[in-house]
Amino acid sequence: MIKNEFKKFSKPAIVFTSLLIVGIIAACGGSGSGAESSEILIDGSSTVFPISQAVAEEFRVNRPEVQIPVGISGTGGGFKRFVEGEIDIADASRPIKESESEQAAANGIEYTEFVIAYDGLSVVINKANDFAACLTTAELKMIWERGSTVDNWNEVRSGFPDKPLRLYGPDTDSGTFDYFTAEINEEEDASRADYTASSDDNVLVQGVSGDQGAMGYFGFAYYTENSEMINVVAVDDGDGCVTPSVSTINDGSYSPLSREMFIYVNNASLARTEVRNFVEFYMNNAAELAEEVGYVGLSDADYQSQLEGLN
Amino acid sequence: MNKQDSIISKRQKLHAVRVLRDRIFVVGFGLAVIIGILGLAALLFDVLVDGLPFMNINFLTSYASRKAEHSGILAPLAGTIWIVGMTALFTIPIGVGTAIYLEEFASKNRINRLIELNIANLAGVPSVIYGLLGLALFVQFLFNGSRNVTAGALTMTLLILPIVVIASQEAIKAVPSSYRHAAYAMGANRWQVVKAIVLPQAIPGMMSGIILALSRAIGESAPILIISSLVWVTFIPTSPDSKFTVLPLQIFTWISQPQHSFRGIAAAAIIVLLIVLLSMNGIAIWIRSKYQSRPDQ
Repeated sequence: MIKNEFKKFSKPAIVFTSLLIVGIIAACGGSGSGAESSEILIDGSSTVFPISQAVAEEFRVNRPEVQIPVGISGTGGGFKRFVEGEIDIADASRPIKESESEQAAANGIEYTEFVIAYDGLSVVINKANDFAACLTTAELKMIWERGSTVDNWNEVRSGFPDKPLRLYGPDTDSGTFDYFTAEINEEEDASRADYTASSDDNVLVQGVSGDQGAMGYFGFAYYTENSEMINVVAVDDGDGCVTPSVSTINDGSYSPLSREMFIYVNNASLARTEVRNFVEFYMNNAAELAEEVGYVGLSDADYQSQLEGLN
Repeated sequence: MNKQDSIISKRQKLHAVRVLRDRIFVVGFGLAVIIGILGLAALLFDVLVDGLPFMNINFLTSYASRKAEHSGILAPLAGTIWIVGMTALFTIPIGVGTAIYLEEFASKNRINRLIELNIANLAGVPSVIYGLLGLALFVQFLFNGSRNVTAGALTMTLLILPIVVIASQEAIKAVPSSYRHAAYAMGANRWQVVKAIVLPQAIPGMMSGIILALSRAIGESAPILIISSLVWVTFIPTSPDSKFTVLPLQIFTWISQPQHSFRGIAAAAIIVLLIVLLSMNGIAIWIRSKYQSRPDQ
C-alpha cells in the first residue's frame, strides 16, 4: 500500500519540477533574443491612450505585420521608460519636464515632440443646478484653492442660493489634476483636499449627477458622453463666458482649460521605416480619430507643419 | 404545591428564554448568510444583464478595439491563462516545499518561528508593493528590462506564496500524528512518511489553499499594471518571453473609458473571468474528491 502511495504522489511532483525547470530555461533563453524589429512600443498617459490605440488599430489594418502594443503607465511612468530608451513612443498629457529631458540627454536619447490633439477640461455641475451656468476663473480659484473653506454656493457669488457645495475631482496622481491646479489655482498640485477624489472619471460623473449641490471637473470626453446627466459650466477668463465645445477648444477660445496632448518619439526609432510611417499616419489621421474617441483635433495645417519639421 | 408550581413555571420561563435566544441567533446567522448571498446575486445579475448581450464567439476570438462592438478579449484571456499556469508552476513546488520543510523537517527553534511569522506578515502586504518588487527584481535585474509573462508570473508567485504556504501548513498539521507514528513503527524514514502518509492526506486541504491563492492571482490588476502596463495587445503570448496583458487590466481600462458601450464589454469580460475562476474551482473540487474517495483510507 505504501508503495502504491509513492507512485501516486511522485508522478505529479516530477511533472511539476520538470515543467518548472523547462519554464525557467525557456525564459532565460528567450530574454536574450532582443526586440523584434516590426514592433512599435508605446506607453504613457492613460488619457492619450484611446487616441494612440485608435491610430494603431487603423494603421494595422494595412500593416498587420507591425505589432503596436500600447500601455498606460501614466505620463510620468511613460517618460521614465522613454528616457531609458525602453519604448519608441511616449504618450503624454503634459510637455516633458526639464528633469526628464535632462535624463534623456544623459542617456543619449534624442526625441521629437508632436502635439496630437486637445482636451478641454470641463467643469460640471448637477443637472438641477440652473444658476451656475458660467463661472469666472477667479470664482473657480476661490472654490478650489488650497485652504479654501467654501462649502455653500452662496459664498461663491452673492445671488447664488443657499445650497451646500460639494466637490468632486480627480485624485492627485492625475495629469488632469496637475493641469487644473496649475491653471486655476496658479500653483501646480496646490488644491484643497476635502473633496471626493477618484482616479476613475466615471465615478466623478456618477457623483455629480447624483448630488444637487455638486461641482466637479474632468476631461471633455467624459462630459460629452454624459451630457444628458450633467451640465457643463462656461468659464470666463475675462473675455466673457466660453462653453467647452469642439470649436471653442479647437480655436483656443476655451481658455485656460484647453490642454494639449503629445506624443514623444525617440529619434533612433524614427529612423526605422515602420515607426516613421506610423508617425506620419498618426499626424494624418489624428484629427478624425481623436474626435472619434472624444478629443478635439488640431487644424490640418498644424499637423502638416509638424510633419514638415521631420524632413 | 404552590411552591412546586412556581419552580416549574420558573423553569419553563428559563426554557422559553433559552429557546428564544436560540431562535434569535439562528435568524441572525441566517440573515448574515442571506446578506452575503444577496450581494453576490445582485452583482452576478447586474454583470449578466450588462454583459450577456456582448458574449459571442467574436468576443472571445478577436483583439481589443476602440469600438466596443468590435472588441474582443483574445489577448488578455490568453495572457491570464499564461500567468495563472506559470504562477501555479512556480508556486506549487515552492509553496508546498516550504510548508513541508517548516512542518515536518524544521526544528521548532527561534529562527524558524521568525520565518513563519514573516510569512504570515507577507500575506498582508498590498499587491502593488509586489508589483514594484517584481519590476525591480525580475524585469530589471533578471530579464534585463523585458516585461514578459515570466516576470509577471514570478511576481504573482511572490504575491500568493505566503497564502499557499500557510494553507499547506494547516493541511499538514491536520494529519493525525498517529499516522506518522504508525509509519515510523514500520521502519519508514522521514521523507517516506511525508511522501506516503502526510502528503496524500494533506493534498485536499492544500488544493483548496492553492486554488484560492491562484484565484487571487487571476483577479489582481495592480501588480500587472506595473509589470506589463500594456492594455492594447494584438497578439497571444507565444513564449515565456512574450509581452502580455491580463483580463483585470483590460476590464479596468474599459470601465474607465468615457463611452458607455465599453461598460457592456467590460461586464462580458467579467463573465469570462468568472467562468475561468469557476472552472479552476471545479478542477480543485475534482482533485479533492479524487483523493478523498480513495477506498484505502
